[in-house]
Amino acid sequence: MFTINEKITVEIRKVARDLLKKGEVSAFLGYTKGTVPMVMKPFVARRQEDAERLSWNSFCVLNLANYLPLVLKSLEPPRRPNEPPPEGPLPKVGVLVTGCWSRNMVVQIKENQIERERVKIIGISSRGMVDRKKVQALVDNNEITEVIEEDHKLIVKGHGFTREINRWDVVRDNCKSCVHPDPVIYDEVIGDLSGGRQVPKRFGDIQEIEDMDIEERWQWFQEEILSCIRCYACRNACPLCYCPTCFVDDSRPQWVGKSIDKTDTALFHILRAFHCAGRCTDCGACESACPMGIRMRLFTKKLYKDCMELYGFEPGLKIDEPLPLTTFKLEDPQDYILQQGQKGEEK
Amino acid sequence: MEEKREENWQPKIVAFLCNWCSYAGADLAGVSRYQYPPSIRIVRVPCSGRVSPNMILDALRSGADGVLVSGCHPGDCHYISGNFYARRRFALFKRFLEFIGIEPDRVNFTWISASEGEQFAQVAREVTERVKRLGPARKLVKEIEPCSR
Repeated sequence: MFTINEKITVEIRKVARDLLKKGEVSAFLGYTKGTVPMVMKPFVARRQEDAERLSWNSFCVLNLANYLPLVLKSLEPPRRPNEPPPEGPLPKVGVLVTGCWSRNMVVQIKENQIERERVKIIGISSRGMVDRKKVQALVDNNEITEVIEEDHKLIVKGHGFTREINRWDVVRDNCKSCVHPDPVIYDEVIGDLSGGRQVPKRFGDIQEIEDMDIEERWQWFQEEILSCIRCYACRNACPLCYCPTCFVDDSRPQWVGKSIDKTDTALFHILRAFHCAGRCTDCGACESACPMGIRMRLFTKKLYKDCMELYGFEPGLKIDEPLPLTTFKLEDPQDYILQQGQKGEEK
Repeated sequence: MEEKREENWQPKIVAFLCNWCSYAGADLAGVSRYQYPPSIRIVRVPCSGRVSPNMILDALRSGADGVLVSGCHPGDCHYISGNFYARRRFALFKRFLEFIGIEPDRVNFTWISASEGEQFAQVAREVTERVKRLGPARKLVKEIEPCSR
């Protein structure tokens, strides 16, 4: 009896093999098993036989959209910076997507980072990815040597212990509050689409923080980023962060100092989050990549919530809709502006 | 470390004023001899759309007690739509700063046209009053320890 993920793995390998065999794509971007349990690494299959190494399970926490522009670029013939691209169609790339990754690709298409024609998108409905830090915590941070995944439970083995864990208990927080598990754009689908999810309190975690008073919020923010070591893993894991020179690397002017001074760290997190405003799809790659367990997704999720409240916009759902910060409406709310409606009035 | 000094403590407020409306408005306030507190330090920018959150945070980091950003009234932008983009950006940014615990009155936004000298003075007074009520900014100020010799 195969589990859901095993069936998907078999399908992925078949699809990738066929596409590479037919020459429809020159590379296929997916996942392969990492060297330690509960870690999957992004993998580019360039030959038919590589397709056998592709795999799928609940630990595919990174976002494949992040690697797609690089893989596409690697297939173009080398050229100088100002040289126009060669004529004729360029090689295509096959890629696996779940809901959030496909929405990131929609954002990338809007921002001219990838071309839709060059991507063959294979959609999978996400069942939620597992947070390995949660699993670790459940076994008191003992070393885990093997994890066997079944449909609804994980069997975790280590030196001298075996534990059965309910899968949903260790699913990442962003997956638990996800309402768009199905891909938005795709050419083919593997498995069944779920048709969307209902979540009772989608922004419950944000609401909790909003309900605190201002000093408590500041306290919370300070504590949340206290352990940050400024490794920029959150930035590097993010498919939205593709600037050739990031603001943290700017030296003239230097917006953010490079130390782990608390103000520098705070500015880094504020600006990083704000750069994702109206673009972040809450894929959770930043949090999964963080070695210190900082929940920086709460910052971007707050901006997500505000974009929805103020402009009725959810990133990546419609391909022909402009991003919220690149457009405006005359009647946009402006109740935060001082002296509302006092134009020309005598004081 | 200077603590909140007695009554005559004056906050330092960095004001980003757009060249075409608000800066001219401030100019008019001066020309018309309207009184307003000396707490405002003006930075002239081409448009309120030029002001990025980086600049606001940089002001706060460098020890500004408050920030004021002002541009043309919606519809009056010299560049047609710069202030509309700015309006969206700052709506999100202000809410975000409040979310992480920065007092709402630290960072202020307003529209002032070139003919509104008196309004400028009024806004300057009001913002100064608000920031005074909060006291000196501490939260995002980068404290550099004096090097010991």
